[in-house]
Amino acid sequence: MRISIRNIVKAFEGGLGRPALNGVSLDIRSGELVALLGPSGSGKTTLLRVIAGLEVAQSGTLLFGDEDASDMSVQERKVGFVFQHYALFRHLTVADNIAFGLNVRDRATRPPPAEIRRRVDDLLELVQLASYGKRYPAQLSGGQRQRVALARALAVEPRVLLLDEPFGALDAQVRRDLRRWLRDIHHRTGHTTVFVTHDQEEALELADRVAVLSGGKVEQVGTPDEIYDTPASPFVYRFVGESGSVPVEFRDGRMWLGKYALPIPTDFESSQAGDLFLRPQDVEIVEREAPDAVAARIVGLRRSGATRRAEISIGGVSGPIETVALPQAVLSVGEEVGVRIRKGQFFPRA
Amino acid sequence: MPDASTILQQNAHVAGGGTTAGTTRRRAPVTGEGPVARAVLIGVAIAFLSLFLLLPLVVVFVEALRAGAGAYVAALTEPDAVAAIQLTLMVAAIAVPLNLVFGVAAAWAVAKFEFPGKSFLVSLIDLPFSVSPVVAGLVYVLLFGAQGLFGGWMRENGVEIIFAVPGIVLATVFVTFPFIARELIPLMEEQGTGDEEVAMTLGASGLQTFWRVTLPNIRFALLYGVLLCNARAMGEFGAVAVVSGKIRGYTTTMPLHVEILYNEYNSVAAFAVASVLALLALVTLVAKVFLESRYSDELAARSH
Repeated sequence: MRISIRNIVKAFEGGLGRPALNGVSLDIRSGELVALLGPSGSGKTTLLRVIAGLEVAQSGTLLFGDEDASDMSVQERKVGFVFQHYALFRHLTVADNIAFGLNVRDRATRPPPAEIRRRVDDLLELVQLASYGKRYPAQLSGGQRQRVALARALAVEPRVLLLDEPFGALDAQVRRDLRRWLRDIHHRTGHTTVFVTHDQEEALELADRVAVLSGGKVEQVGTPDEIYDTPASPFVYRFVGESGSVPVEFRDGRMWLGKYALPIPTDFESSQAGDLFLRPQDVEIVEREAPDAVAARIVGLRRSGATRRAEISIGGVSGPIETVALPQAVLSVGEEVGVRIRKGQFFPRA
Repeated sequence: MPDASTILQQNAHVAGGGTTAGTTRRRAPVTGEGPVARAVLIGVAIAFLSLFLLLPLVVVFVEALRAGAGAYVAALTEPDAVAAIQLTLMVAAIAVPLNLVFGVAAAWAVAKFEFPGKSFLVSLIDLPFSVSPVVAGLVYVLLFGAQGLFGGWMRENGVEIIFAVPGIVLATVFVTFPFIARELIPLMEEQGTGDEEVAMTLGASGLQTFWRVTLPNIRFALLYGVLLCNARAMGEFGAVAVVSGKIRGYTTTMPLHVEILYNEYNSVAAFAVASVLALLALVTLVAKVFLESRYSDELAARSH
């Protein structure tokens, strides 16, 4: 099911002036796995709830396929919604939880009991909880509960699957496993899926496309590669992946960081000031006398998995910037070094 | 080098012989009190409970049976007593379901919606707890009595509330209103609206959501509230005394009947009827303890 979101505006009563969604437009293709990524307060959960019909937008339209869904009730929209805290019905067994959406249908559309039972069994199989049907939610771990919640949402054959921070309440290991598993389920079932997350790693790893939200607006929509490699705004650059920035200016066809000319080709004609945004791998620690080296000082060293990171302060003008330190390099905090900035992304200062 | 068992024996010896060796140190838990303080505290608590709670309960039954089982049965089967028991049951049978509906509705409104005047409504729910029952009764007399605000209209239309059963029901509903709402509000606030939202996305209508999700989620708290509400509805004295007029055999509930009998120095009959009320209290207590064990299990299950 294709979903088209057009200029959705949603302000909460008593909200602090700024609407939670301030003219959001987004197209979600059929069968796509889309991540809504943003910090808390960016409006990503509100957008998901507007799609589900749990919140009503003040203006804008929402299309499910070619059908206008803006005024449909929650029930009519036939979405599958999974909450961060599972929201399993605690008085029902796992099997009854999954069957809930089928059991509440009126007699004309409700499948016969044997059919319901078969479908529940299939779904339990799908979420790898085949022998857990008779248990109660309280007897399951967090990861198992979230799988039940997903099976329950899938049972009604939703037109779109909406997941609100689905792994937010789980610990790191379970998160990783479930992420891979969700990707797998999505491949097999082919449901159009939208999930909300504040974890950029999760969004980049899982989604076909990522929509980055900030302050109730969409900052950028693109594939994980586009989002990471060519961020459209300083916000996206800062929010997705590790980054630092240094103040630079263009003069005489070159980019200057203080008194150093950087070896970065530029196509700016006029002189302009702005910030050069850098990923750790864009900054190389070199000898102080090396060509194109900029003087920097090491302000911190830390270990992150397989890599060593050095935090540096460049030319006394920037805050700490992460770099990848060479494993064999002997470095110490406070040491004066040179850095070579090989690339970066320039955003003019507003 | 001594082996482990000899070390254990040595330690046991040292512990048995006091702490002179300094190798073992026996200390009360940091937050614990000394044995004397503990004995005194427990003793005081037991003595207090026995004197003020257990003794009166025993006295009720002893007094009721003082003249033998025959007199006891006679006191309970006497027409006025039967009428009082019937009236009490009837009032509870009306007031409790009414407050069940009001309580669930009020708790639902408070816990699941934001609306202006919400905190005012919450204070209003507590009003019957803070107002003296006698005042509550008097308010109804002022409103519905013969000289009251609506008195003239009611006289013309032949509606009787004060000194009649409707007044007793009204007073009882007022006094027992907070029990169910108060029990449900914190629970429903904690549970939030997530379960209901999920049910709706799964296609459940509002009514289905209520019956299949909301009600099961609050069932034990609701039962608990009903129990407390019922106990109070049957035992309420002050507010009912004001509005009932104490017309024997017509508008006397059990607590009023007990008072009347006692004032007539008919203590055997008074205590006989009182013992039925006491028995009711005991049943409520047992049911409450049972529910609390069930209910706390549910609470514990929810938290992990």
